[in-house]
Amino acid sequence: MASNKKYWQSVEELNDSSVVETLRNTEFVQEIPTDEFLGDKETLEGSSTSRRDFLKYVGFSTAAASLAACEGPVRKSIPYVVQPNDIVVGVADWYATTIADGFDFANVLVKTREGRPIQVMPNKEAGGVTNARTQASVLSLYDSDLRVKEPRKGEAQITWADADKEIVAKLESLKNANALVYLMTGTLASPSTEKVVADFVAKYPNVKHVTYDAVSESGTADAFEAMYGMRALPNYDFSKAEVIASIGADFLGDWQGGYEKSYAEGRRADTGKMSYHVQIESNMSLSGANADKRIVAKPSIQVNALIKLFNAITGQNITTENTPIDAQINKLAQDLKKAGSKGVVVTGINDKNAQMVALAINKALNSEVIDTEAVNLTRQGSDAKVAELVSDIQSGKAKGLVTYNVNPAYSLTGFGEAIKKLDLSVAISTQDDATANATQFTLPAPHNLESWGDVMATAGKYSLVQPTIAPLFNSRQFQDVLLKWSGAEKNYYDTLKEFWSTNVLNGASWNQALHDGFFMAPVVETTESTEETSNEENVSGTVNVNAAANELAKVKSTQFELTLYTSTALGDGKQANNPWLQELPDPITRASWDNYLTMSMADAKELGFTNPVKDNGAIDGNYAKVTVNGVEVTVPVIIQPGQAKGSLGLALGYGRTQGLKKEMQVGVNAYPLYVDNKNVQYNVSVEKVGGTHKFACIQVQSTLAGRHDILREATLKEVNDKSLDPKHTWNQPFMVSYDHQETEATDKKVDLWDDHDRSLGHHFNLSIDLTSCTGCGACVVACHAENNVPVVGKDEVRVGRDMHWLRIDRYYSSTVEDKQYAEGVAMTMDEFKAQNPNIPNKDIERRYTEKVLELSKGDLFDALENPAENPEVTFQPMMCQHCNHAPCETVCPVAATSHGRQGQNQMAYNRCVGTRYCANNCPYRVRRFNWFNYADNKEFDFNMNNEYGKMVLNPDVVVRSRGVMEKCSMCIQMTQATILKAKKEGRAVKADEFSTACSQACSTGAMVFGDVNNEKDTVAKLKEDRRAFYVLDYIGTKPNVVYQVKVRNTNEA
Amino acid sequence: MKSVNHHSKLSRTLLSSLTFLFVFLVSFSVNAQDVDAERQKAGRKLFNANCASCHKLDKKSTGPALGGVEQRRENEWLKKWIRNNAELRASGDADAIAIYEEYNQSNMTAFPQLTDQNIDDILYYTTVGNIGGGPKGPEGTTTTQPINQAPKWLIWILAAAIIVAFLIIGNLLKTVSELKGAPKTPGLLGQAAELWEGIKKNTFLHVLFVIFGALITAYVLFGTLFKVGVDQGYQPVQPILFSHKIHAGDNKIECQYCHSAAKHSKHSGIPSLNVCMNCHKNISEVAEGTQVVLEEGGRVVGKTELDKEIAKIYEHVGWDKDKLEYTGNTKPIEWVRIHNLPDFAYFNHSQHVTVAGVKCQKCHGPVEEMEELYQYSPLTMGWCIDCHKETNVDLKGNEYYAKIHADLAKKYGVEQVTIAQLGGKECGKCHY
Repeated sequence: MASNKKYWQSVEELNDSSVVETLRNTEFVQEIPTDEFLGDKETLEGSSTSRRDFLKYVGFSTAAASLAACEGPVRKSIPYVVQPNDIVVGVADWYATTIADGFDFANVLVKTREGRPIQVMPNKEAGGVTNARTQASVLSLYDSDLRVKEPRKGEAQITWADADKEIVAKLESLKNANALVYLMTGTLASPSTEKVVADFVAKYPNVKHVTYDAVSESGTADAFEAMYGMRALPNYDFSKAEVIASIGADFLGDWQGGYEKSYAEGRRADTGKMSYHVQIESNMSLSGANADKRIVAKPSIQVNALIKLFNAITGQNITTENTPIDAQINKLAQDLKKAGSKGVVVTGINDKNAQMVALAINKALNSEVIDTEAVNLTRQGSDAKVAELVSDIQSGKAKGLVTYNVNPAYSLTGFGEAIKKLDLSVAISTQDDATANATQFTLPAPHNLESWGDVMATAGKYSLVQPTIAPLFNSRQFQDVLLKWSGAEKNYYDTLKEFWSTNVLNGASWNQALHDGFFMAPVVETTESTEETSNEENVSGTVNVNAAANELAKVKSTQFELTLYTSTALGDGKQANNPWLQELPDPITRASWDNYLTMSMADAKELGFTNPVKDNGAIDGNYAKVTVNGVEVTVPVIIQPGQAKGSLGLALGYGRTQGLKKEMQVGVNAYPLYVDNKNVQYNVSVEKVGGTHKFACIQVQSTLAGRHDILREATLKEVNDKSLDPKHTWNQPFMVSYDHQETEATDKKVDLWDDHDRSLGHHFNLSIDLTSCTGCGACVVACHAENNVPVVGKDEVRVGRDMHWLRIDRYYSSTVEDKQYAEGVAMTMDEFKAQNPNIPNKDIERRYTEKVLELSKGDLFDALENPAENPEVTFQPMMCQHCNHAPCETVCPVAATSHGRQGQNQMAYNRCVGTRYCANNCPYRVRRFNWFNYADNKEFDFNMNNEYGKMVLNPDVVVRSRGVMEKCSMCIQMTQATILKAKKEGRAVKADEFSTACSQACSTGAMVFGDVNNEKDTVAKLKEDRRAFYVLDYIGTKPNVVYQVKVRNTNEA
Repeated sequence: MKSVNHHSKLSRTLLSSLTFLFVFLVSFSVNAQDVDAERQKAGRKLFNANCASCHKLDKKSTGPALGGVEQRRENEWLKKWIRNNAELRASGDADAIAIYEEYNQSNMTAFPQLTDQNIDDILYYTTVGNIGGGPKGPEGTTTTQPINQAPKWLIWILAAAIIVAFLIIGNLLKTVSELKGAPKTPGLLGQAAELWEGIKKNTFLHVLFVIFGALITAYVLFGTLFKVGVDQGYQPVQPILFSHKIHAGDNKIECQYCHSAAKHSKHSGIPSLNVCMNCHKNISEVAEGTQVVLEEGGRVVGKTELDKEIAKIYEHVGWDKDKLEYTGNTKPIEWVRIHNLPDFAYFNHSQHVTVAGVKCQKCHGPVEEMEELYQYSPLTMGWCIDCHKETNVDLKGNEYYAKIHADLAKKYGVEQVTIAQLGGKECGKCHY
């Protein structure tokens, strides 16, 4: 089975393999653009610099440089005046805190050096999960461009005292006039803040507090409220699930906060049990990419499917249209019924009816997966209330508005203009965004990492927020502002402590809770009477559900349907000025610095959209004019395999301009299309318009060099079948002929090199489980933060000069099998194999394709095109493999890269002269050449180019200069630090004590790092696991990064 | 406080007149000739042990200045106060309460263990004060100017003159003999010219010359280039004239008292000013006769200037030495960094100090003898590696090394492995 799979990276490979061929030949040729300046005769002649002058300059600058080198710079060392007790210079302190910005909520540990936070990691004790954005939030702290630094009135700076006085006076007069004032915040999910807000509202009864989520989950909250009497979102524990049916819910992405941790827990192939995940969706999402079965359906068909599931499971009979996927849905319904309480249905359609139907299905299944008690409180906005607010403000009914860390002037069309008409408008904001520029008063709020606070993202679990740095700017916390305006004596810190001691801690220690970062409130047992009432509600709920389903069934299919989603990198767009996130490639399209319209291959063909590939690996695109409800937006198009025909996808959160660096003002604002906060828009029209868009997409830049067997996959059935020897079936190592014997390519005998003695001391290995990796990208950002990886910008990424030490390769795969049988060929591959026993296994396929199918390689890809309409996706994190027999080491003329005894391939930057031979000889394409000075260079105006941004740099890792090769070091600074700690304490290193930035950041446990010479380390077992394999093992590089075969649950008995 | 006791007998006798003046100023009633040296010594010892942390003789510290306290207070009252001041205050003594209030209600330790004799000795010391002090005599400084010695250049000129004279005489003699009819011989210069012609035609010599020249050039160039960025001996002028000799040498303060981060961190840490103030809260001036001889020009810096250097700490940390309180106006000191490793080299103090137990002096040199600190070691990679190659790992009692060392020792067939054998020579251990 596995051998019939073909892995490919891009549509271009299928369409026009000659481009790929060209790319392969020019991959390492990066010509110096002499033609650009020499070819331009006019400029050349117009120049006043003669050749003689040029030589003079060269001579002079050489002499000057040598003279300058003689005198070393004078460096200053400035000690503390009074050193804080808990700081030892050069030793990192970790603080437990919580990230809560209204969109992302996470229990985290923050690493600080000399009082500067430099890294955010998940607080695993608290069950914390970080995604790329929470990881990158530490850089947004130092965003000196976008942050509000001083209180302002209009353009003019004002003191806090004056601002307080003027605003309170205004508030008083509005109160006396009983004029409506809105307080608009994101989801706070903070018990103490809610109390502060309530006190403020009590003082000013004319104030109305409205929660506004830019990306709304109001449909779910409405449905949940209707059925369970409480406004919240249900929680899910996917580790308990046997069958997961997701209809357009990207729950591994941002849907209701993301659930990748419990999902991965339920899919541990080594336990022999895996949930069966079916995803019905139109866009290719992270969840779809990870699903066992992905059913491509445009939104209207998804709605249909949901109703069909509802019919099948609850026994109702709502009439729906027939669709091509009915058979699959019926099968799914049977699976769900079979799974019973272990089954769950989720839907991402932000619509009360759809969510009610999903909740009713789960109720009918009696699903254990869904938790309606420890509810999810991370999205509390109500679309109805927001709509009321907008109309009140636009009609002039409301006279005042106070916003806190929301940006409606960007995300709600026309809101910025409406604000200007108000009597009083105040923005309490961390960011100097569009809203902060539209209001009369702009008051700086501290960043999350500078604040006190508490968070309750899940009911019953209290988390604390503590500052990890003194405020950088003249900011005051939102809560303190409200307390001040309410005339309270206490500051927020004291209020918070008091609130916790009376309402939360119940006598437990505040210091302990602060140290842990969270506190679990004792579970209150529900009494029978409440259960009865909830049952009553259920009865009334069932009636409503039928009505809801009937209402839902009215959705009619239209020619084009648009699904608006949040990208892995930017989410709702709060951190759009964060260069780490902008440069993070999208896990699916691998494009960075952009949003774009995703379109199916069939539609693209019809409408004439293409994505031509330039011979330097860059991808271009055409523009499309998208019209929804009369609003037009022009966006570039990327053709997306697996996109449902008739459906389109577009990411929210891009296209911000106010306050952003020029480089960061990318993409198109899709919020105007987010009509009524519906993430699905019907009746969309698309039209091709002129112009060419330049994408920064790295998907075809590193070619596979014809090695299409880079991955290994198996089915759960195969893995569970203990009678199968993996070495001969689903995890077959490459075989070569040695002394006329079939021998494993990794065998010692075959090796060209002598083996090192690896049994002494530590020997580090990294295990990556392709089954658990969801492609979330947290590790990529963690690697940036830990290793001072520079950001290079859109233009450089476009030409393949991205500096990511760790990338997550995305491979599409499809099976040619069907095609072979369908065309009635002379013989199947098995027969061919039987007839030609001399042909080695690896060659069988190629020979078969050539001889029997009479296809060239390009044709083979053509044969793949149909399956490409719905390819399977596999993510493969790829970094330096730290080969024991590294091809890069042997070609370095100056021995700048060498092998350490602990298994790490070491790169001495100071020794490197930049020949780039090593990169050319690396089969894994993981070496990155530092083309420019990225620090202190106005051309690369990112975090390494300003005083604030530099504070995020890790002082234990050098900032590389130009002209050197760099790559993953397997976090040698971290392994060395762990060793030193053990030495200082005079003990052996504990089991699983070693870690790397990526393994720490990984929430699903896909990445496990450790010492294979220590039997107690998890990685020692993983290395010997049945699923373990090495990428491109037949090259004989003997990597120290071991992968675990990707297992899919094909739901076979 | 060693420098306080640092006076030789010689200087004491030499400067008795100064002592007289000093004592005279402190007390009119006691004559210098009457000073009982034994009693003064005993008093001083007790004073230093019990009182000096809060009292000074001539100025306010945590408590009042005690010089001449006997003139101001009754002896009996003083004894009561010293033995148990709280009791005295409780008895309602107005003076005692007044002092307590004046000094911010800071409690003075009770000293019930002191005998009457002890207290009298202390009081005697406060009355007579210190004997001696003042700057050291001329034997302290070394004279560098050689006396009655002709300058070297004069010798060279004289030698040249003699040679020239000989040449002239020789030439004259030759001319005379030629005039007398002797055959004309080529002169010294003429012979040299012939030799030069020969050399010019000799290919072997050419080759030899080129090779030799190339070698010399290479040697010089190599030597010069290798010195680029090596700052051995770097001794910048610091914002405060801080003498490691006085602190680490004379007063024997442990290196890690101030550089306390060295055992925990990659940095040794420059002490923050609150560490300085642990001692300098009470030491606002150096002892009489303390001096620092600067390397450059051999300039001697005396007490007056050194006291100004201490005052700089107060200025930076914001300490009002008259009111004895912090003002809050702080200003960090910008020291000039002496030991600069390039960014791409990672060095960790704690690895060397805590784990390996290397003495600070091994790399930093005799810091306790340095008036002004300079870079003792070249801090080049070769210097690091040499040490790593030669030094055996000391593993006693460190469980971390237990297994790996046994294995390695077996592998290399040695009893104790060196750091290099342990992997301390790998690039990645210091470059990341």
